Amino acid sequence: MIDDRELIEAIEPERYELFEAPQYNFAFDRRDFIKAFGLGIVFIVPVTRAIAQQRGESGRGGSQSLPNDIGAWIHIDENGDVNAFTGKVEVGQNTRTTLTQSVADELHVPIGLVHLVMGDTDLVPFDVGTFGSRSTPTMAPQLRKAAAAAREMLIAIAAEQLQVAPNDLRIVDARFVNHDKSKTLTLAEVAKGRKLVKVIPDDIAITQPKDWTVAGTSVTKVDASKFVTGKHEYTTDLKRQGMLYGKVVRPATFNAKLVSSVTKDAEAIPSVKVIVDGDFIGVVAPDQQTATKAANAIATDWKSPGQPSNSQLFDLLRKPAANTRGGGGTRPQGSIAEGLAAADKKLEQTYTVAYIAHAPLEPRAAVAEWNGDKLTVWTGTQRPFGVRGELAEAFHISEDKVRVIVPDTGSGYGGKHTGECAVEAARLAKAAGKPVKLVWTREEEFTWAYFRPAGVIDVRSGVKNDGTITAWEFHNYNSGPAGIQIKYDIPNTDIRFHPSDSPLRQGSYRGLAATANHFARESFIDELAHAVNIDPLEFRLKNTKDERLRAVLNAAANKFGWGKSKPAANHGFGIACGFEKGSYITTCAEIAIEPATNKEDDTNKRVRIVRVAEAFECGAVVNPLQLKNQIEGAITMAMGGALFESIQFDNGKILNPKFSAYRVPRFSDLPQIEVVLVDRKDLASAGAGETPIVGLAPAVANSIFNATGQRLRSLPLVPRGLNTNAKS
Amino acid sequence: MAKVTSLNVNGKKLTVDVDSTVSLLSVLRNDLVLTGSKYGCGEGQCGACTVLLDGVALRSCITQVGRATGKQITTIEGLEKDGKLTPLQEAFIKADAMQCAYCTSGMIVSASALLSKTPKPSREQVIEGMNGNVCRCGTYQRIIEAIQVASGQAKEVAG
Repeated sequence: MIDDRELIEAIEPERYELFEAPQYNFAFDRRDFIKAFGLGIVFIVPVTRAIAQQRGESGRGGSQSLPNDIGAWIHIDENGDVNAFTGKVEVGQNTRTTLTQSVADELHVPIGLVHLVMGDTDLVPFDVGTFGSRSTPTMAPQLRKAAAAAREMLIAIAAEQLQVAPNDLRIVDARFVNHDKSKTLTLAEVAKGRKLVKVIPDDIAITQPKDWTVAGTSVTKVDASKFVTGKHEYTTDLKRQGMLYGKVVRPATFNAKLVSSVTKDAEAIPSVKVIVDGDFIGVVAPDQQTATKAANAIATDWKSPGQPSNSQLFDLLRKPAANTRGGGGTRPQGSIAEGLAAADKKLEQTYTVAYIAHAPLEPRAAVAEWNGDKLTVWTGTQRPFGVRGELAEAFHISEDKVRVIVPDTGSGYGGKHTGECAVEAARLAKAAGKPVKLVWTREEEFTWAYFRPAGVIDVRSGVKNDGTITAWEFHNYNSGPAGIQIKYDIPNTDIRFHPSDSPLRQGSYRGLAATANHFARESFIDELAHAVNIDPLEFRLKNTKDERLRAVLNAAANKFGWGKSKPAANHGFGIACGFEKGSYITTCAEIAIEPATNKEDDTNKRVRIVRVAEAFECGAVVNPLQLKNQIEGAITMAMGGALFESIQFDNGKILNPKFSAYRVPRFSDLPQIEVVLVDRKDLASAGAGETPIVGLAPAVANSIFNATGQRLRSLPLVPRGLNTNAKS
Repeated sequence: MAKVTSLNVNGKKLTVDVDSTVSLLSVLRNDLVLTGSKYGCGEGQCGACTVLLDGVALRSCITQVGRATGKQITTIEGLEKDGKLTPLQEAFIKADAMQCAYCTSGMIVSASALLSKTPKPSREQVIEGMNGNVCRCGTYQRIIEAIQVASGQAKEVAG
């Protein structure tokens, strides 16, 4: 099993935000593992030795205050409720639901008895973070081990209590029942009055997918009623006794240094406090309006270096980075020169992708509260322990003085790995001597968060007239190496990632660079297929023997009706496939070229995505409903990056930091979406929050070519519509 | 500056003491602690803050509270009747029409306004009526299904 830390450092160096230096340098100067759980029985799962050792290494987010060799635990309390503890967080991927299912499945109890405690650093085991589609492949098995062992140990205890043989007892609907049902006990009756801690052997067997009863079924979001009534409290909704509202004064540009500030007008407003500490200026006030008014009353002078704009971006990215972390690639196979010499057709192209924003609907937010030297921060982050580390570092205190609590959060998409808002709120609260809530505005979220990396990709290849690809040379500049490897059987390959110095702050985004690399690869594969006049589906099947990839290619093509009919006038069909993070995907798209609906773009046509069929295989399916929901959502989100999303910047400023200037997919963009799940009960479950996003952009680009003969090689493809007079 | 001292929210007359120019969203969330309505953009572009004013959906983030005086304000917290979810709320759960669910309050309030005006909307009418609401997780297809189930036009949603 790949450890998460190893995954980040070796495989996914483009998680740039995890390697950043602290943003602020403030001038400032263990608890026991088993907290008071109360009575009941606790089952602990140790993690493997290899993982434990790596967790001990330094690096941001490394936690030393909890035992680092524990992966999960489950507490059966005196009411018979099952409380499962995990460092993962819920940000809309509905892992609260699927992990709950796994525990209920293994323990043979109804789903309603299982309560998942997530993302509270004082209560849950250390976890590196909720990203990389790791919750299902790594956390679900750990919780299952705890639950499986709990089941067996509880049966042993109950058997003793009932004076029957353990093999005469089963757990049915949270009750221990013997063969003729003459003797029964509830979970509560077994847990009552006990204070037991059981450590579970790492090699305990867990239930295999073919024997799942609760897992593998469609369960709706476990606490959905709290969300449809508005009762769930996100970070932005929290209120603490005496809480003040904060506002940070932002520089006009990136990389600015504070030269001077005049704060007297703000300080003159009653109940306002101004905090200046190095380059940090913020205010607190009893209400948000006053805080905003006070921040606006502060005059600041910043010194900024000249900074590049969009127009220079792709030239800049081709320059090697000063810090080459994560560069290189796999060892080249064969010889590109020989492969090209053997080809009938040789092609070479460049593709680009823009910076895009996560734009989570809940912006960054934090509520910070100091009690003496102990800091508690509620914040929406995908890395509660990482943010705890950031806070400890910022305030020069030890991590056991910091508690980070993550309420189920208004989405992340890889954009909430850092704790900048938490640090700012804590700084304000420290100065105020009262709890402070800080909610970033949409404009702050668009400007001061990090972006999906932009990138340039050069591809060179050769193909024989019979469709055999003979060479594959692929260079990705800056966007990252995720999804860069191929499942095509090509004898001569040279595949590399080249880090660059990004002009904008950049970091993880759902699927990382897999979207960029699939866009370039699958567009180029389409170009090769057309160069030798072979159907794009047939061409792909001809060049891969990988059975899992072939299965999703055929499944999506069947659903879509590929090859069964020709597109209507001004319509086009496109296909793209791939694999990443243990999952396989094929996306088929139909697009229509329509008259522009927007006045500004009346010279250009609108590209409308009419229909998408996507086949996805991620091993054994834990919850078909939630998986379909993730796939549909990923396809919908992908439409933005494929068609129109792009961050515009100039001289250290973001030019489109709001929804009225940064278009995101809406109801009117929605195509007909058909999802095919390829359920492989014989394979371990892989995560599925990310990879369903990678197929749409190339499938759409290929369908635009199919409709118009125009080959678009930059994401977004049609930010201002399609100029049908342009030559490709 | 003119003050607002009382508001009719979810059938109750509530006392406040705020400037009339403050946003309705801020008063609901911070003064009345009705946090179901969300801040998403502050420019009326995402719909997360949607509430009903005399039954009409509006963006509370760009509405001054002074405009709401004397009118019936309905928020997501006011939709349940006698502790029972509305058919629309039930349909959102059954269709799994949410992921992070931060947009859900605004979606349900917007949809209830749509259904009171157009009890059996076509797919196109749903799209038109809901186009001002953003779901970044991309659950639009399920939200359309939920609205159509709630309006009695579709049976239970398959998977």
